[in-house]
Amino acid sequence: MFESLSDRLTGVFDRLRGRGALTDSDVVEAMREVRVALLEADVALGVVKDFIAKVQEQAVGQEVLRSITPGQQVVKIVHDALVDMLGSESHSIDLNAPAPVCVMMAGLQGSGKTTTTAKIALRLQTREKKKVLMASLDTRRPAAQEQLKILGEQAGVATLPIIANQMPADIAKRAITAAKFGGYDVVMLDTAGRLHIDEALMAEMIAVRDIAHPHETLLVADCLTGQDAVQIAKTFAERVGITGIVLTRMDGDGRGGAALSMRSVTGAPIKLIGVGEKLDAIEEFHPKRIAGRILGMGDVVSLVEKAAETLDAEKAEKMAAKMKRGEFDLDDLAEQLRQMRKLGGMQGVLSMLPGVGKVKDQLSEAGLDDRMLKRQEAIITSMTKKERKKPELLNASRRKRIAAGAGVDVSDVNKLMKMHRQMADMMKAMSKNKGLLGKLAGGLMPGMMPPGMKLPPGFPPGGRR
Amino acid sequence: MSEDGDKKSGFFSRLTKGLARSAAAFTGFIRRRKLDEDTLDELEELLLRADLGPHAVARVLEEIKASKFNAELSEAELKEALAKPVEELLRLSWKRFPFDPAKRPHVVLVVGVNGAGKTTTIGKLAQKFTAEGKKIVLAAGDTFRAAAIEQLKIWGERTGAPVIAREQGGDAAGLAFEAFERAKAEGADLLFIDTAGRLQNKTGLMQELQKIVRVLKKIDPDAPHSTLLVLDATVGQNAIQQVEVFREIAGVTGLVMTKLDGTARGGILVALADKFGMPIYWIGVGETAEDLQLFDPYQFARALVGANETA
Ligand SMILES: Nc1nc2c(ncn2[C@@H]2O[C@H](COP(=O)(O)OP(=O)(O)OP(=O)(O)O)[C@@H](O)[C@H]2O)c(=O)[nH]1
Ligand SMILES: Nc1nc2c(ncn2[C@@H]2O[C@H](COP(=O)(O)OP(=O)(O)OP(=O)(O)O)[C@@H](O)[C@H]2O)c(=O)[nH]1
Ligand SMILES: [Mg+2]
Ligand SMILES: [Mg+2]
Repeated sequence: MFESLSDRLTGVFDRLRGRGALTDSDVVEAMREVRVALLEADVALGVVKDFIAKVQEQAVGQEVLRSITPGQQVVKIVHDALVDMLGSESHSIDLNAPAPVCVMMAGLQGSGKTTTTAKIALRLQTREKKKVLMASLDTRRPAAQEQLKILGEQAGVATLPIIANQMPADIAKRAITAAKFGGYDVVMLDTAGRLHIDEALMAEMIAVRDIAHPHETLLVADCLTGQDAVQIAKTFAERVGITGIVLTRMDGDGRGGAALSMRSVTGAPIKLIGVGEKLDAIEEFHPKRIAGRILGMGDVVSLVEKAAETLDAEKAEKMAAKMKRGEFDLDDLAEQLRQMRKLGGMQGVLSMLPGVGKVKDQLSEAGLDDRMLKRQEAIITSMTKKERKKPELLNASRRKRIAAGAGVDVSDVNKLMKMHRQMADMMKAMSKNKGLLGKLAGGLMPGMMPPGMKLPPGFPPGGRR
Repeated sequence: MSEDGDKKSGFFSRLTKGLARSAAAFTGFIRRRKLDEDTLDELEELLLRADLGPHAVARVLEEIKASKFNAELSEAELKEALAKPVEELLRLSWKRFPFDPAKRPHVVLVVGVNGAGKTTTIGKLAQKFTAEGKKIVLAAGDTFRAAAIEQLKIWGERTGAPVIAREQGGDAAGLAFEAFERAKAEGADLLFIDTAGRLQNKTGLMQELQKIVRVLKKIDPDAPHSTLLVLDATVGQNAIQQVEVFREIAGVTGLVMTKLDGTARGGILVALADKFGMPIYWIGVGETAEDLQLFDPYQFARALVGANETA
């Protein structure tokens, strides 16, 4: 269903390979793809438009790094702009105010406020050694106050005793008084879920705010939210005023476009993300990760960056050109092995790609690690120049000689030859197939997958399903 | 929605109030405009903002282009031209809930991601069927979330439906089995089984759901007779994965969309209807027991395009 942005752009830019700078019309065409990708990731339309206008301006005229394709270059520009817009700084809960510091939660029904209240309380208590009191002002949802109480017991965080039929504003007053007299550093107010257009409930929240004077007002929002994210965030920001956003359910497989929408319409930082139902499942927000996720491509951009830094552009171009013609000899293999090591070896490359944990495990189980890369290089070095150009020359006696020279078994040589043959075939196929990996740094990655090793289904995430 | 809240601002209540006077009243007054590329762009934006997603939007626009391109239309006619193909797609999902009185009980498993509105929807359904004279039993199958059992018990009290529950942390499948047996013994017409919220990419949790289904089948191979997936109206494109995975793992037979009393338009239902044609039975429009309506493609389509809102 979803195509990753990289796949889309690679298609668009395929015929542009090798050109110097990104032209106006290239960029316009690419931006059409970016638009669809962002919409599929649930970024709100208005935000998409602004974003594209901004990126378009930046992209036109940029030189394309020689070792990557124009498509990858645009992905990088888009990615960097996303990171920029998501806010690069890391924010934590601001407790810089006289105790008890009040933190108020706000958000729609079911967004995760109560759970997040307990998570943050636990975090402040364990990490920052704060004494925290939690109070539920939710007098509406069945068993809401009970829920917070149970979570408090689970987390070992104090909760304000429940008094039946007390109104939210009165509970807030009681909570603050209790926090003052109880010597608490922080008092957290969980509130009932409310629609941003529910006038009565928004007024209630404003009344609570004016009593409690929260130092932090956190909008708790579901990261699976679609286009409505803008209206929700905007209204809460305008009516109640928010100092930060917490995105929940980031442990799902949503693309998280709401992060961009909410951040850009409110200007409020995304402070934390919820990554599960358990009370320790809360993390800091990393703009880079979210940007990659919105684009459906993990941390591929870091890989492209690194490739751009480390790879010898000339060589990569030359090799790519050869491979396009379907040529791939043992010198090429040796070169790839060297470049692979430069990128931090197989583990290094894999660790930058999303969703390959399983492959990594398989690799180490099979003893396919960086030592193997070196051994393979040694085998190729033991060959004559002619043999490297014409692998078919390698008969049994030549293989024996090479094995002796490299200090390995003949079976290792055979394995390498088999791998080379499979890679050469793959390269041929790859020169027709325009997948992201195929284009990456002149086709470096895919060829490096050892024989028989398959990428897991759904890889790269957000790729064709 | 609070009693004294401004109900008119909600997207669905606005619809029911305003629809009658909308189209007809303004036709003729308002200047007509040509359905050209620019207008299509505007319509595209409207649909995108309603969460249809780029694919379904393209589908709908094609329809309009084919039938009405370059026509001179009033604002109301324009909205109608837009609503029509949306309605057509939604009709693919227009089916009645197949309540089977012979089952005694007709077992309904309610599933969905966290916080979507499962427990509340069960409360509303209990209210609805009780009012129709059916005997209802509820099963508190969310043994994970804090106070989830208490929450369902309160809904049981409100609607007069008995709630079968065990302690928190217990085995959900075991509870479901017990509830089925007891509902059967009591001659209940319907059994609604609440489940813990779970994201569809959590394999372990999805397997637990499968286990519930498996255990129910031990009593009746056809059970659960219905499996409802509850979707939150604010959800974006991820709903497609939700339907895909929950359908595969838990055999979802129909959908309920909650929280349509907000500003979210739930346009993902159009994409879902187009892709899966899965029945959509009810929509939730508030937090009280009465806030449940039958899904109606005509009404939904017009509300989605804002047929009664002045442009
Ligand atoms: N998977 C996952 N579930 C979460 C996360 N945060 C909260 N939840 C779940 O989401 C559901 C709703 O959470 P609550 O904390 O009750 O939400 P709320 O905003 O307080 O809900 P109302 O008070 O009814 O408005 C529960 O099932 C939580 O366990 C998260 O980060 N990941
Ligand atoms: N405005 C509005 N709120 C709703 C609607 N349906 C449910 N809610 C609210 O949404 C919140 C979550 O509802 P629940 O029924 O607890 O959701 P759930 O899916 O059972 O949640 P978990 O069990 O935690 O996964 C509650 O505050 C409900 O009152 C609706 O149609 N409109
Ligand atoms: Mg709550
Ligand atoms: Mg529930």
